[in-house]
Amino acid sequence: MAEYQTHAYDVLVIGAGGSGLRTAIEASAAGARVGVITKSLLGKAHTVMAEGGVAAALGNVDERDNWRVHFSDTMRGGQYINNWRMAELHAKEAPDRVRELEAWGAVFDRTKEGRILQRNFGGHRYPRLAHVGDRTGLEMIRTLQDHGIHQGMEVHMECTVLTLLMDGGRVAGAFGYDRERGHFLLFPAKAVVLATGGIGRAYRITSNSWEYTGDGHALAYHAGATLMDMEFVQFHPTGMVWPPSVQGILVTEGVRGEGGVLRNSHGRRFMFDDIPENYRNQTADNPEEGWRYTQGDKNARRPPELLTRDHVARCIVREIKEGRGSPHGGVYLDISWIKEKLPNSEEHIKRKLPSMYHQFKQLADIDITKEPMEIGPTTHYMMGGVRVDAETQMSSVPGLFAAGECAAGLHGANRLGGNSLSDLLVFGKRAGQYAACFAKENGDIAVDSVQVERAAREALLPFERGQKAGAEGAYQIQHDLQSMMQDLVGIVRKESEMKQALEGIQKLRERASRAGVNGNREFNNGWHTAMDLPNLLSVSEAITRAALEREESRGAHFRDDWPEKNPEYGKFNILVRQGRDGGMQITREPLAEMPHELKQVIEEMK
Amino acid sequence: MATATFRIWRGNDRGGKFQDYTTEVSEGMVVLDAVLKVQAEQANDMAVRWNCKAGKCGSCSSEINGNPKLMCMTRLSTLDLTQAVTVEPMRTFPLIKDLATDVSWNFHVKKTIRKFAPRKPDFSDGSWRMGQKDVNRIQEFRKCIECFLCQDVCHVLREHKKFDQFIGPRFFVHTAALEMHPLDTDTRTEDLKDKHNVGYCNITTCCRKVCPEEITITENAIIPLKERVVDEYYDPLRKLVMKIIGAK
Repeated sequence: MAEYQTHAYDVLVIGAGGSGLRTAIEASAAGARVGVITKSLLGKAHTVMAEGGVAAALGNVDERDNWRVHFSDTMRGGQYINNWRMAELHAKEAPDRVRELEAWGAVFDRTKEGRILQRNFGGHRYPRLAHVGDRTGLEMIRTLQDHGIHQGMEVHMECTVLTLLMDGGRVAGAFGYDRERGHFLLFPAKAVVLATGGIGRAYRITSNSWEYTGDGHALAYHAGATLMDMEFVQFHPTGMVWPPSVQGILVTEGVRGEGGVLRNSHGRRFMFDDIPENYRNQTADNPEEGWRYTQGDKNARRPPELLTRDHVARCIVREIKEGRGSPHGGVYLDISWIKEKLPNSEEHIKRKLPSMYHQFKQLADIDITKEPMEIGPTTHYMMGGVRVDAETQMSSVPGLFAAGECAAGLHGANRLGGNSLSDLLVFGKRAGQYAACFAKENGDIAVDSVQVERAAREALLPFERGQKAGAEGAYQIQHDLQSMMQDLVGIVRKESEMKQALEGIQKLRERASRAGVNGNREFNNGWHTAMDLPNLLSVSEAITRAALEREESRGAHFRDDWPEKNPEYGKFNILVRQGRDGGMQITREPLAEMPHELKQVIEEMK
Repeated sequence: MATATFRIWRGNDRGGKFQDYTTEVSEGMVVLDAVLKVQAEQANDMAVRWNCKAGKCGSCSSEINGNPKLMCMTRLSTLDLTQAVTVEPMRTFPLIKDLATDVSWNFHVKKTIRKFAPRKPDFSDGSWRMGQKDVNRIQEFRKCIECFLCQDVCHVLREHKKFDQFIGPRFFVHTAALEMHPLDTDTRTEDLKDKHNVGYCNITTCCRKVCPEEITITENAIIPLKERVVDEYYDPLRKLVMKIIGAK
């Protein structure tokens, strides 16, 4: 019999980034007993890394902005396979969610009139991102954290969930362990909200930390929930490339929002060379107009550097592949050039982009006020995730909810910058509200000790194997998976490579099932990595299978063998679920018909 | 390829010792890179906390050659690699294992500070007006990444172990951010005087010197808080006036 401590809740929230905390605040406010589990210490989740801002049509800087424009920008960015109802709710509710943060103590940068300042960002027609310099994510997570700790929620720091527990068809809580001491923990709960963030650790070059191993995606999948849009992985166009140890670390889109330009090794601003048809009307056709846009000229159109992330990333890859890259395999991002335009540009850059200045100065010996940065694409965000109901965020499994990055629908084929922070506020609140409601309306659950015993036994297997000679550690397997996904299922994909990746995943799975761990259960990072590995493998397989199914190029998903967009493929989402035989099943789900009013909004905004 | 030796603390609350690990190093590496490389190749079970790798989350605090630093922001090129580089956990907090300490005390302390209490919104949509110049000074405090290096070097905590009477520089910065928030209506001076004992700080500025966010902890946060306490409780003129009018 496994030994464990028990903590029972009405609502259990797995993850304590922005969406987890916003969920927990709402569920607590509704009177639910709430437990929050986080793999790290409180306040360290990836939300802290968000730099540019939170998108909400407040209209503080440009009064022409409103939910209709935000809605149509989000749909256009997502190539119209977004869940339109989520996009509508998001655009309508984001302003209130941002103002609410101010009531909880957040301090955004201000306009001259003393309102929340908003900045330009890729794919947003008007300046829309409320921000604090380039550390908006820190401001948000700290605000939610500081407000949340007075709301009565219990936070379990440094804990990992191994499995969700089921009671018949309904979720019944979770079983996991405390990373610091290695003790098992049982969390019976009437409702569970997954808020585990992304999957970036499936790739070698990523802006994500060790935490992002697709836990929520994998937990939901194994509990019988449906995943959606798994082929859409966002590669952020600007990650650091040099020195090697910082490869992948994010360089905010805010650099381009403030006037930064992309150049190749010939000094050419290559983004002017390839402007997609559906954005041509909104994009500047000369550098002068682009500059005026970044400085707030309402009659100017945005520079092509502020096209959507999928497009910018692909243009950068093309420059590099065709031999016009920088010495360390990237291209140049230059903000220092604005000295031609602004008298005190150095101070201006330091004030607008303080942490970028700091990051390059300290990690790369580059002064961004004087010289260009070398950048290249980095795995950043997962559009795909748990398929949820737009209003409630409940998955196909009763009592199991998902919010934020690990849920799918809002962003479609490509997420606009700034929409992730508003996503986690809008849908975190909704998930909290409806999870509390579900817990109230549904009776007690029963924990099945067979499920608990099985999870505990499996978790300890690596220690048994660790003693035998020849058992491989988890780090090398994870590393090999990351390299393979980077090479075979990355920004540019093709069938033969992805089939090779599927075989590779199978082999890695066999290796993972033999992985061993040395030492004991006390804060053992080797063991932790071994426990995260199966999740990464499940997620990698889902990405690859969904990407094989989509024989076209759309948004973040680009197929070398199917380089064009195919309207037929714009009529459905790709779903992933576990089949009866235990294998992964891929199906196509037609999009729900969009109501006439929303179609009209899109038409008006074209 | 060049190699370097890292003398890393291995052990738990029951005891431990430094252990030497030699590993390959390359241009641009930071201490965290080297430690993670050692962990992946030589010591899988070594306990290390980290997240963002860019100085934004404050997870990888440690003492490098005796200096409290973030491992992710300490480049090897700033260290003498002809000698072993010592890497040890923050010494002020109880050790869990290797480089990971039990920092939970900090999270309990924060709950004891009175929360933000804004005045009523200025407008019906729930918004307020605040000027940039009015928020500049608290935006400095809100840059804090909660790495707890300031707590680690504070002698009131490190030497005198006043964990039950004193909240440390991090939470004076937090209190200052609340007290100086243009919308806040609550007051925390009584707590500062009696419960959180801001008077214990004698402004040696060690905390300010180690802050990776370069927050002017002592001059901008702690001293103004001390002044507020003095103004409210120790002002001789005010005391005299109070005596004359017969108020307490």
